[in-house]
Amino acid sequence: MELILSMGIGILVASGTWLVMRPRSFQVIVGLCLLSYGVNLFIFSMGRLRTAAAPILPKSGEIDPTAFTDPIPQALVLTAIVISFATTALFLVVLLASRGFTGTDHVDGKERQ
Amino acid sequence: MVQQSLLLLLLVLPFVGSIFAATMQAKAKNAVAWLSGGTMAVGLGILAALWPMISAGQVVRDYNAWLPRQGINLTLRMDGLAWIFALMVLGIGLMVVIYARYYLSSRDSAPRFFALLLAFAGSMNGMILSGNIIVLIVFWEMTSLFSFLLIGFWHHTPNARDGARMALVITGTGGLCLLAGMLLIGYMAGSYDLDRVLAAADVIRAHPLYLPALILFLLGAFTKSAQFPFHFWLPNAMAAPTPVSAYLHSATMVKMGVFLLVRFSPVLGGTPEWFNIVGGVGMITLTIGAVIALFRHDLKGLLAYSTISHLGLITALCGIGSPEAIVAAIFHIMNHAVFKASLFMAAGIVDHETGTRDMRRLSGLARYMPMTATLATVAAAAMAGVPLLNGFLSKEMFFAEAYAWHSGSPFDDSMPYIAVLASTFSVAYSLRLIHTVFFGPAPVDLPKVPHEPVHWMRRPVELLVLLCLVVGIVPAQTVGPWLDAAARSVLGDAMPYYSLALWHGINAPLIMSCIAVAAGVLVYCVTASRIASGPEGPPLIHRIRGARMFDWGLVKLTWKWPRSTARFFGTDRLQPQLRLLVLIGLFCATYSLWGAARLTPALVLDNASVIFALIWVVGAACAVGAAWQAKYHRFAALILLGGAGLVTVVTFVWFSAPDLAVTQLLVEIVTTVLLLLGLRWLPKRREEISSDALLRSRIRRRVDLVIALCCGGGIALISYIVMTMAPGNLASDWFLEHAYAEGGGTNVVNVILVDFRGFDTFGEIAVLAIVGLTVFALLRRFRPAMESNEMTEQQRWQNAYDDAQDGRERGDTVRDYLLVPGVIMQWMFPVIMVLAAQLFFRGHDLPGGGFAAGVALAIAFLLQYLAADVTWIEDRLRILPVRWIGFGLLVAVGTGMGSWMFGYPFMTTYSQYIRVPLIGDVPAASALIFDLGVFATVVGAVVLMLIAIAHQSLRWSRARSAAEEKEEE
Repeated sequence: MELILSMGIGILVASGTWLVMRPRSFQVIVGLCLLSYGVNLFIFSMGRLRTAAAPILPKSGEIDPTAFTDPIPQALVLTAIVISFATTALFLVVLLASRGFTGTDHVDGKERQ
Repeated sequence: MVQQSLLLLLLVLPFVGSIFAATMQAKAKNAVAWLSGGTMAVGLGILAALWPMISAGQVVRDYNAWLPRQGINLTLRMDGLAWIFALMVLGIGLMVVIYARYYLSSRDSAPRFFALLLAFAGSMNGMILSGNIIVLIVFWEMTSLFSFLLIGFWHHTPNARDGARMALVITGTGGLCLLAGMLLIGYMAGSYDLDRVLAAADVIRAHPLYLPALILFLLGAFTKSAQFPFHFWLPNAMAAPTPVSAYLHSATMVKMGVFLLVRFSPVLGGTPEWFNIVGGVGMITLTIGAVIALFRHDLKGLLAYSTISHLGLITALCGIGSPEAIVAAIFHIMNHAVFKASLFMAAGIVDHETGTRDMRRLSGLARYMPMTATLATVAAAAMAGVPLLNGFLSKEMFFAEAYAWHSGSPFDDSMPYIAVLASTFSVAYSLRLIHTVFFGPAPVDLPKVPHEPVHWMRRPVELLVLLCLVVGIVPAQTVGPWLDAAARSVLGDAMPYYSLALWHGINAPLIMSCIAVAAGVLVYCVTASRIASGPEGPPLIHRIRGARMFDWGLVKLTWKWPRSTARFFGTDRLQPQLRLLVLIGLFCATYSLWGAARLTPALVLDNASVIFALIWVVGAACAVGAAWQAKYHRFAALILLGGAGLVTVVTFVWFSAPDLAVTQLLVEIVTTVLLLLGLRWLPKRREEISSDALLRSRIRRRVDLVIALCCGGGIALISYIVMTMAPGNLASDWFLEHAYAEGGGTNVVNVILVDFRGFDTFGEIAVLAIVGLTVFALLRRFRPAMESNEMTEQQRWQNAYDDAQDGRERGDTVRDYLLVPGVIMQWMFPVIMVLAAQLFFRGHDLPGGGFAAGVALAIAFLLQYLAADVTWIEDRLRILPVRWIGFGLLVAVGTGMGSWMFGYPFMTTYSQYIRVPLIGDVPAASALIFDLGVFATVVGAVVLMLIAIAHQSLRWSRARSAAEEKEEE
């Protein structure tokens, strides 16, 4: 399981990084999204992989921390998801405005000579 | 106790006065002047009340803790030296206020002037009274700032702006050096408290850091006191209104440097370094200032260089550093303040009444303004060191010190000669000032007809000149006790015997004085006729202009060099920047992990699931496909991106993270819709971009591919290693154990978000709100490219079809086409609303929560926009996203502050269950109300962004149809 997920993270990050360094702004947006999937999964995986151990507690009885997966990375990633949505939206609008002003979708605002 | 409060009052009073003055009406010139004068007078009253203690040799202290752990406290401390300086600040301040009341014209803003003047006086007082050397720096820099504003008071003239900026840059830089020096001194002394620093003199002098600390300290003192080679800011600061010059450049700002020299001479002084640097710089400044002053044609320019010269004299005395020299330095500080303030004011009167300060045009004014002429003559005589005036006494003391034996070095031996030479020029320029301005033939062609000023403008000058005379004739009976108290506070037990008598018999200083006066008269007689026709400055060296070199250096340093450096090292292209960033990240990660333990993990395959592996085969294919297609097939890339997102969602479900899965799924939907809306505004791309085929582009892509593979491989390795390590997380256990007991919720992730780390979440929703508003603001000014402005191809087909058929209107096709989905989407609205409510209410105990519920509700709104015409929807459903955002933030922060009412810290939560009929137990923790705020903010921000982008089509179709109608007409 660990091997599969880590390879998946690696592929997401590699695709994202490659796209982020591309010249067209849409490529950069897609790259940032892929990168954020990879990074979110990476942070999430720092809490180790557990199946059927969601951090939902019973309402009574003694709580055994070993019976649940680590909630902290989950809390971190939850906020990261929302923030990465916000940055994607902002970047999209900057892209559209830049495209409107400069007439090109190159990240530098002008085609390379 | 009373004395301590008085000390604090003395510090605070000018600032309070300043705030009041600043709020007054521009016309209320008299009221502002009375307020300022009253503030100064009350300060003088406080000083009088403190005098009995000061004269008894006591030190008044007031301690107010500020940052006690760092050793930085607002300690106020008044001894004799501080008292005499405060007297100058407030006494001369009062004179300047009276003078400025009549000097300022009706166009100048009197409230601004007096507010700045009072704030400056307050900063001066703070600097003087500080008993903590770091707080001293704070006030020191405040004087730099307020002097900047005062020098640049007439900010409509470029001279004033340049002069103010130069003064700020030089004194501010000096202040930073001084801060570094003080930190070193504090480190060596083990405390920032002035008393303890003064007591640690021997430790500091013997410390290896003594020399760096000394140099930094002196840089601060020399820049402020306009010592060579930093003297050139002072003449340029003469662009200030004359009351400012009279205040800053006689009694206050430029005296701060010498104040520090006197104050710290027992700590840092007494070493050969101190003697050579301070004495040397002082003597050079003394001479250069006096020589240049003689050749200046501007009245205030002459006075400025004369001030530089006299400051050099005081610095030289501090450099000599013997107890007698310190007494002489303090005495000359006082005398110079009095005669130079009166001379500046007299120069201001001449300028005010004649309209010029150019000595080549001024002449014979004594017949128009005899009183002013008399006063200026007496003050100039004091400056020249004529007997029976105060300047004579301190100058004699200086001569005696210069003549005395110190170290026997060639510099020490030459001191008496330099002193006489400088004094010669001092006599000559004083003579020139009086002779050219007030005597000789009547002036011709002046801008104004000269006459005596109003009485009250002259009163301060009269009082100050009277002081020159009284102190000059009966020194011991007037300033004797003050000087004694000030010197005693610095020197302590080393207090020398000195006499303030006028006549000490015929001795070396007297002979030196006589030579200087005689030679000065001679120099002036010889050069007088030639100076007026000569350049502004002494022959030959007038071309070397410090100010011009400074400007040149500043332009190079802040403009040319940075730009050429940026051109050389930087690029304005994003790709190389990002590539560099990625490479740096890659390098740092590799560097820090290289050779770390367990870098060769064991392969664990026993728990692998085939289904999971297959899911990730799809995920990887989606990711690679998206990367592959993002350039030419944006829509396909977008769909593939969604595929990768879904695989992420499945992974979250698989590994016990239901909250993440729900939120990611919902966000995925919104992101995809958002990007779809954006696609319409991007340029069409069918054929290959020509530059892509170039060899350079191909190499770049290969290089980027290698970098990307390294990044991906590295992060895969790291995550694999960490995942196969045994967990050892104590913080998580704490959260798990306390989530229900203290947070009142069983969904630990949600409890962490809204309770334990609620403040973080609050910051996060604030970010979301800001992004929403930014998107909205950007799109209000958005202008899409012209080619995207026209109707899309599909719309044209549909319209053509509709036009061709009988009985059809434009838009019918799309309406038919979307009929069934549209109805379904409209009916989904209440269903999704219920789902959002469900997600929200169960969030504290089960997967869900404010974020997920907010995004779900936003999707409900979004679907309505997709299902029908925007105008149709907005006629029926008014959403005010900005209000949602505002409401959400207010609720969140209000819930946080609510805990204050019960005496708990910000964002302490309270939890309980409430039984609601039909629904059952509902968790009613105060965190739920906080979550409501999160929910509302998320709804508002998401809807705001989506609607703003969706509206672009509407706006441009409106603009297009308007344009079409116009064409048809």
